[in-house]
Amino acid sequence: MAPAIEVRELVKRYRKGTVNAVDGVSFDVEQGQFFALLGPNGAGKTTTISILTTTLGLTSGTVKIAGHDVVREASAVRREVGIIFQNPSLDMNLNGEENIRFHAALYRLYPYRPMFRLMPAAYRRQVRELADVVGLGAEVFKPVRRLSGGMRRKLEIIRGLMHHPKVLFLDEPTSGLDTASRRNLWQYISELRKQRDITICLTTHQLAEAEDADRVCIIDHGHVVAMGAPSEVKSELVREKLHIDAADRSALRRRLQKLKVPFSEDGHFVIHLDGRSAYEVVHSIEQPLTMLRTESATLEDAYLRLLAREDA
Amino acid sequence: MPELNAIAAIAGRDLLKFFRDPGRLIAAVVFPFLMIFLLGGTLQLNLGRSAGFNFIGFTFTGFLGMTLFQSTAQGLSSLMEDRLNDFAQEVFVSPVSRYSIVFGKIVGETLVAIMQVIPFVLFALVLRVPLTPTHIALLVPVALLSCFMGGAFGLLLLNTMSDTRAANQIFNFVFLPQYFLAGLISPINVLPWYLAVLSFLSPMRYVIDLARGVVYAGTPEFGRVVLLSPATNVAVLGTMFVVFMVAGTALFVRRETSR
Repeated sequence: MAPAIEVRELVKRYRKGTVNAVDGVSFDVEQGQFFALLGPNGAGKTTTISILTTTLGLTSGTVKIAGHDVVREASAVRREVGIIFQNPSLDMNLNGEENIRFHAALYRLYPYRPMFRLMPAAYRRQVRELADVVGLGAEVFKPVRRLSGGMRRKLEIIRGLMHHPKVLFLDEPTSGLDTASRRNLWQYISELRKQRDITICLTTHQLAEAEDADRVCIIDHGHVVAMGAPSEVKSELVREKLHIDAADRSALRRRLQKLKVPFSEDGHFVIHLDGRSAYEVVHSIEQPLTMLRTESATLEDAYLRLLAREDA
Repeated sequence: MPELNAIAAIAGRDLLKFFRDPGRLIAAVVFPFLMIFLLGGTLQLNLGRSAGFNFIGFTFTGFLGMTLFQSTAQGLSSLMEDRLNDFAQEVFVSPVSRYSIVFGKIVGETLVAIMQVIPFVLFALVLRVPLTPTHIALLVPVALLSCFMGGAFGLLLLNTMSDTRAANQIFNFVFLPQYFLAGLISPINVLPWYLAVLSFLSPMRYVIDLARGVVYAGTPEFGRVVLLSPATNVAVLGTMFVVFMVAGTALFVRRETSR
């Protein structure tokens, strides 16, 4: 089975650019995977997504979506993808349902009619069901300009899913959303992944949102600088730590030296685990401990360390 | 045909936006009143006798052609507004041919322009411009051709614009001279050679002249008002439409994907 997304040696140089915005990027995403494309502003994420979704031409390389080439089979690619854009792409002059109806007509799902009540019953049912699923309900018939930022995002998600895409691109989908709206949105996307075998390609600056990804790809200055499961990227770049302390610090220090465990002192003892298990270390310490805390690396830690290394 | 569905949706959106814009609706009613009743009436009182034809009818046909042509051409600039508002992303990522997107836009703006000229025709009837049902029936294909010509012209212009400010400047620069070169409110039977050359290059000239050719057909004023036969005007407009449409669409598609 062909990968959902296949990118080979992708290069993009803008017409007035002096350097490549994307410079030899390659990656695969299997069907049903949750893939996160990460990187700082200007790294080439949105350029890559734009090429993958056929809205921007490439300079060289090949890109296939669900087995279709983005250059030669652009129309077939467009039928297979759904997109939640970085900047909301709703028509503010229309109401929510009219935006969805417009999308449904462009994707040849239903014959276009100038009024909702003239649309086929299947369309009306699908809109109502999706509006209920994302918690929009009757608000879907309100003018878009009167909807909150969170509701507009939900509306875009309904719209993006109307044509049952195989690959859903989420380009910073939670930017501008409050914490509650962000959480609701991710709960819905998570349920969606369970219900449908949908491939998700996410770009985000909220790295916590990428922690659940099957694979992450970090790009900087148009190059891939790290790729793999979040745990692999983290373990490669950030060491897990164990924070401990004891009433008799001298005895604890001697014990750690005897165990040949690398540590530092910062008001307490900080042990760099370097692949050891925290249990194994704690088990070999005889002194009664007054403090015990493990520090796991986050994707954000790994990401920042990686970018700092690249800049150096 | 799936593409027809998309064209209908794109056109329907434009029409919906027009009916939801109170400013444009009011302008569609007030503008014909000002142009035909006040301007046409004033010209008729002062120049009608010496010109040898009715200026109200002359002004009506001028503004009818101008509105159809210019409204559609300027309406195409909303493709650029969609790009600036990010709505264009939604359209361009859909599996609809770029040609259908452009054509749907032209159809939509054509419908909007035709809605705008309905008050013109009603005012003309009130002011006793001699319009028969045959004239009105013949004006329908004239209106469609004029709008399509305007759409193709607007599409070509669109490729020279980067934002709405530039669009306003370019539209003023391109349309204002055509009001005089196309004989919108004053006859252009006699022009110095350099203005005659510019007049022949003005697409609006053929649009207005075609409307006049239909309305004045069979009247004694035909020779004084109409410059070219309707068949010649249709041939020129048809040729210009094909050239502008092919060049405009090719440039537009290239600009959208080859940044």
